[in-house]
Amino acid sequence: MTTPTAPAQINTDSYEAKFGFHDKDEALFKSNKGLTPEIVAMISEMKDEPQWMRDFRQRSLEIFRQKENPPWAGNQLDNIDFDNIHYFVRATDRDERSWDDVPEYIRKTFDKLGIPEAEKKFLAGVGAQYDSEVVYHNIREDLEKLGVIFVGTDQALKEHPEMFKEYFGTVVPPADNRFAALNSSVWSGGSFIYVPPGVKVDVPLQAYFRINTQNMGQFERTLIIADEGSQVHYVEGCTAPTYSSDSLHSAVVEIIVKKGARVRYTTIQNWSNNVYNLVTKRAVAYQDAVMEWVDGNLGSKLTMKYPSVYLMEPGAHGEILSLAFAGEGQHQDAGGKIVHAASNTTSTIISKSLSKDGGRTSYRGLLKVYDDCENVKANVRCDALLLDEQSRSDTYPTMEIDAPDVSIQHEAYVSKLGEDQLFYLQSRGLSEEQAAKMIVNGFVEPIVKELPMEYAVELNRLIELQMEGAVG
Amino acid sequence: MSKTPLLEIRDLHATIDGKEILTGLSLSINAGEVHAIMGPNGSGKSTLANVLMGSPRYQVTKGDVLFRGESLLGMKPDVRAQKGLFLAFQYPVAIPGVTMVNFLRQAMNAKRGEDLPIREFRETLFAKMDLLKMDQEFARRYVNDGFSGGEKKRAEMLQMAMLQPAMAVLDETDSGLDIDALRTVAEGVNALMNPEMGLLLITHYQRLLNYVKPQFVHVLIDGRIARSGGAELAEELELTGYDEMEEALAVAANA
Repeated sequence: MTTPTAPAQINTDSYEAKFGFHDKDEALFKSNKGLTPEIVAMISEMKDEPQWMRDFRQRSLEIFRQKENPPWAGNQLDNIDFDNIHYFVRATDRDERSWDDVPEYIRKTFDKLGIPEAEKKFLAGVGAQYDSEVVYHNIREDLEKLGVIFVGTDQALKEHPEMFKEYFGTVVPPADNRFAALNSSVWSGGSFIYVPPGVKVDVPLQAYFRINTQNMGQFERTLIIADEGSQVHYVEGCTAPTYSSDSLHSAVVEIIVKKGARVRYTTIQNWSNNVYNLVTKRAVAYQDAVMEWVDGNLGSKLTMKYPSVYLMEPGAHGEILSLAFAGEGQHQDAGGKIVHAASNTTSTIISKSLSKDGGRTSYRGLLKVYDDCENVKANVRCDALLLDEQSRSDTYPTMEIDAPDVSIQHEAYVSKLGEDQLFYLQSRGLSEEQAAKMIVNGFVEPIVKELPMEYAVELNRLIELQMEGAVG
Repeated sequence: MSKTPLLEIRDLHATIDGKEILTGLSLSINAGEVHAIMGPNGSGKSTLANVLMGSPRYQVTKGDVLFRGESLLGMKPDVRAQKGLFLAFQYPVAIPGVTMVNFLRQAMNAKRGEDLPIREFRETLFAKMDLLKMDQEFARRYVNDGFSGGEKKRAEMLQMAMLQPAMAVLDETDSGLDIDALRTVAEGVNALMNPEMGLLLITHYQRLLNYVKPQFVHVLIDGRIARSGGAELAEELELTGYDEMEEALAVAANA
């Protein structure tokens, strides 16, 4: 290409330059590598936890040891060396409410990532996690006065013990799967949100997760309770330095959407390509409640994540919008699960995936309707776009429909970046690269248009970053 | 007087999948001229349009295409577009998720090599849409996605109006249009035509030529120009049909 500025731009826009940097290892405390009952006990000790949580962790460790990897993972998880991971890394022992109080080197990292600036501009509250623990949490004062709680999960265990115990581990029990068990035994950090009845949080709350230490595991745990008639939009983003050795991120997210409430949970996952991202996300939606997952996966080495919604009572609606982009050496195994456990429930899954440079995307989905449910409507649509011949996309839909009165639509399409589309756009003066970007932007538009403007811009930027050198 | 033609096609041969479709086509178009190429199905009309624009599906095996004296062969389609060539497609493809307004803006910026101020762009866009009797809402729709046949053709004309090419090739722009739409499109084309511009209408039927008057009509048979003439040739074709003309030409060739 003849654009003189292009080479320099590619350089400063690379993942390495923007997100892949790392701070000096200045952790206050770092557990020895490996996972033992002693290390788990030490985490509890350092966090000064109540006995029930100490027991919960040890029980979960037992379950983890008994469980196998998910069968569909094949040999893809075999390279994770569970003995070579730091399970707990404490950078600072305080969760601050003012950025000024956050240690300078950590603050600089979040400055670089634009978090405090975004907070000022368009967010109702921000949480920031650095390695194992939350270093900053704040929420707009007016929302706090209305009774909205937005704190680090460790802090919530101390400050709201009853509510915490009532809901924690009820949506995703430790025995759900091997990585949920692992998270349950060593969890640290994450966000805790409670929105009181009728309160509508009009702008998003955001959390940002940053891994800094090499060979570490981040195991945050997020719990969101939207009380009757309330509304909240939570957004999470994440990045990590690019290291030659692998890191592990294994979170558990539990969401309770009560009668008439509405929760939207948006993820823009942008881990560096050395991170295994194995996450369990699940929501239960009660009468007339609406739960929406907007799940964007662009980073990581391997992601296995299938946000799910259990529709528990009539009128509940679940929606999963999944966007995956796999480049060289990446596998995005994403999708979603909807369980219709009540009559008059509706759901939509839209999955859009892109693969390039030999990257691989898989859509894995479950649609389940229990036998006593009537008037259920479900819609699944999966589109995959392959940007070159080396890339791969697979669809693994599962349907378990035990009820007669069910309307289900399922469509799946795989297409290649079309020669005709490229030619058409090029005939209007766009370069091949501009044309490809335009086609890709159009392809992901149904997901991107659901995001608040700032995130839509960010997501498009990340997609463009992935697209650099995709064609030509 | 030897003036360089705007577009000069010299003994053009082109193949698709190894099959030769254009078999030695020559044609010269000067600024200010309207030419029509008419021909039966399979005579190579669309191939010509696509080859001129540089479609990767076709291979040029012989001959040349000169635009203002410069060979277009070897130039990518976007470079040809930036030089001032435009093709209104017979079957425009859909680009789902991309709005007309966004597409047109990027196309205009790409052609100009700099960003047109948004306000100026919008004013131009709405003026051109008025010209083509298009609702402004149309600009919000995704490019060719779910468009009717007539809407697609109008969208092509809108692109032409925005990009203001020096040389426009209209590939079967009349097909799929009812009489009112045809008239609107033709009026648009006439309004865009100017003495600096060349226009090549590729069509099967004569009806578009009732509204956009060509000075030159060429009959394309088996990948080359079999006969050239003035506007009256189109009328003759309408009366005789392609079969009869082909026969007459064959007889003449053998005589």
